[in-house]
Amino acid sequence: MENVSKEILVQMLERMWLIRHFEVRVMEVHSAGEFTGAAHPYIGEEAVAVGACAALKDTDYIAGNHRSHGHPLAKGGSVKRAMAELYGRVDGYCKGKGGSMHLADFSIGILGESGIVASSGPVAPGAALAAKCRGEDFVSMVFFGDGASNQGACHESMNLAALWQLPVIFLCENNQFAVTTSYHDSVSVEHISDRAAAYDMPGVLVDGQDAVAMYEATREAVARGRAGEGPTLIEALTYRYEEHSLGLGRVRRGEYRTQDQIDEWRERDPIDVLERTLTSQGILTQEECDAISKAKEAEVEEAVEFARNSPYPEPEELFDDMWADPIPAP
Amino acid sequence: MASNAIYVEAINQAIIEEMERDQSVFIMGEDIRRSVYGATAGLLDQFGENRVLDTPLSENGFFGAAIGASLVGMRPIVETLTSFMWVAMDQLVSQAAKMRYMFGGQATLPVVYRATMFYGGGSAAHHSDRSYPMFMNMPGFKILVPATPRDAKGLLKTAIRDNDPCIAFEDGTLGGASGEVEEGDAALVPFGVADVPRSGTDVTVVAIAGAVPMALRSAEELEDEGVSVEVIDPRTLVPLDKDAILESVAKTGRLVVADPAHKVCSAASEIASIVSQEGFWDLQAPIMKVAAEQVHIPYTPVLERLVYPSSEKISDAVRATLED
Repeated sequence: MENVSKEILVQMLERMWLIRHFEVRVMEVHSAGEFTGAAHPYIGEEAVAVGACAALKDTDYIAGNHRSHGHPLAKGGSVKRAMAELYGRVDGYCKGKGGSMHLADFSIGILGESGIVASSGPVAPGAALAAKCRGEDFVSMVFFGDGASNQGACHESMNLAALWQLPVIFLCENNQFAVTTSYHDSVSVEHISDRAAAYDMPGVLVDGQDAVAMYEATREAVARGRAGEGPTLIEALTYRYEEHSLGLGRVRRGEYRTQDQIDEWRERDPIDVLERTLTSQGILTQEECDAISKAKEAEVEEAVEFARNSPYPEPEELFDDMWADPIPAP
Repeated sequence: MASNAIYVEAINQAIIEEMERDQSVFIMGEDIRRSVYGATAGLLDQFGENRVLDTPLSENGFFGAAIGASLVGMRPIVETLTSFMWVAMDQLVSQAAKMRYMFGGQATLPVVYRATMFYGGGSAAHHSDRSYPMFMNMPGFKILVPATPRDAKGLLKTAIRDNDPCIAFEDGTLGGASGEVEEGDAALVPFGVADVPRSGTDVTVVAIAGAVPMALRSAEELEDEGVSVEVIDPRTLVPLDKDAILESVAKTGRLVVADPAHKVCSAASEIASIVSQEGFWDLQAPIMKVAAEQVHIPYTPVLERLVYPSSEKISDAVRATLED
């Protein structure tokens, strides 16, 4: 934890609590029927996106996947606009046209979450290519899961980034299951980070429950990228507490994982891990940590109220945003 | 200043002029530095390695990288063949076509995919695709089908300056066709404005890409029979200049659509559908579609030539619209 500022540590705890409360509240309001469709809880994985994004600037880019709420919130996105998007309202990030799986905030480098596994992969080297062509020093990072690590798009992206020495951070969130399939049953290597060797780039295995470790590993990868030394693959070993998606409760846990395993991972809850670090180092007291949690819970509640009060789009907005240079509808 | 060029040279001129004009334009594709297909000749020497990128055989990867670059302000041109687009369908459909709408207008994707259609030359089923109807069916692409050097150049220049994903379906059967082209801004051809390469009064033939010269040959033959054919070239399928087609049908009362793509759910189907709905009372005969037979492209020339439209098939269809 050398050279990690208090400011960064506290901000990481704030953002982890924000995501945790956001997801808990999303599960509640979704089951109450306040909005419909799929949503993929990030609970248990908060340290990954928060630690990684703490190493980025607003001018750096991220792209993500279907488990999509944690990434934009970790990069400093608006909780109100994210929640309003889930509610399908005009004040949502995408004016209600994207929903849970397509949060984006281009103003702070969030190039959008994608519902098709691994399809954000090639976007990251593309954005990084622009950095190289224009001689700018931004980096781009793509979040993807253990399931996506088997997709061709993922491998093609790594090859391109390594071939052209682009400033890309491939951030594999290995939460161990692609819906119900264990990565042990789908990945040919012991660790997904081992695959970096195939592209002659560094591959780093990180404890995804430890925000500080995530921050430090990402900071190093970002520095390599900015120095023109090419991409890095980071595998964050983490765990998904909830089922793959809201609405999939009928997938009984016992069918593919045990309660013991879930309990074991909960004992290393990423928020507990960070709070223990902060309190043991005398950076924050437990009371201060609890106050952060309360404040973030209130912020999420405000966002829920904001979303509920935001109007739905008007019917005439159906065709808006199809084109940058509009053409007549057929 | 106007000069003469063949189709593939016209494309080359468009790329050079736009890369000279705008530093954010760059081009990527397979074997483009050595200009294997002719349209990228001289680019490497003039613009250097940073703006002329040879890619690995990795279509899903580099089609998607073009999207990422476009999202952050670059204007990529991607060279490919229609047949390789299937490998990149996830990036084309899930990302390029949908991103802007899905993200509520935040994303702007000024990317141009140049896809050459090689067909009619014994390339068999894997290398003879004319796939523009599939992309018409997916909202989010502007679709170019130039039939002349002038339009190949002018539409491509417009596409490079346009801020939406464009696909230029360049017709390989026309690669050596020559014609007059303009330079600079004078060469620009707007989207959604059909060309009328031949005026007539009896039958309208809407012809797409490689079918345009066939329709013009057919019109000449039919003139000897006393039939006056008007040929319309839509030039872009998205947007489609349906007013030009409807106005022509209002004059002639008869419509033939000639389309080198497979006939089911084709551009020809869409044009026939529009005219049957919006121009029904102008019609004096059933609409005839002359499109590729619904079969894969056979290798052997004796079978392949049976598949596509031809000037003979177009003439037969025109005559059929004139039967009592």
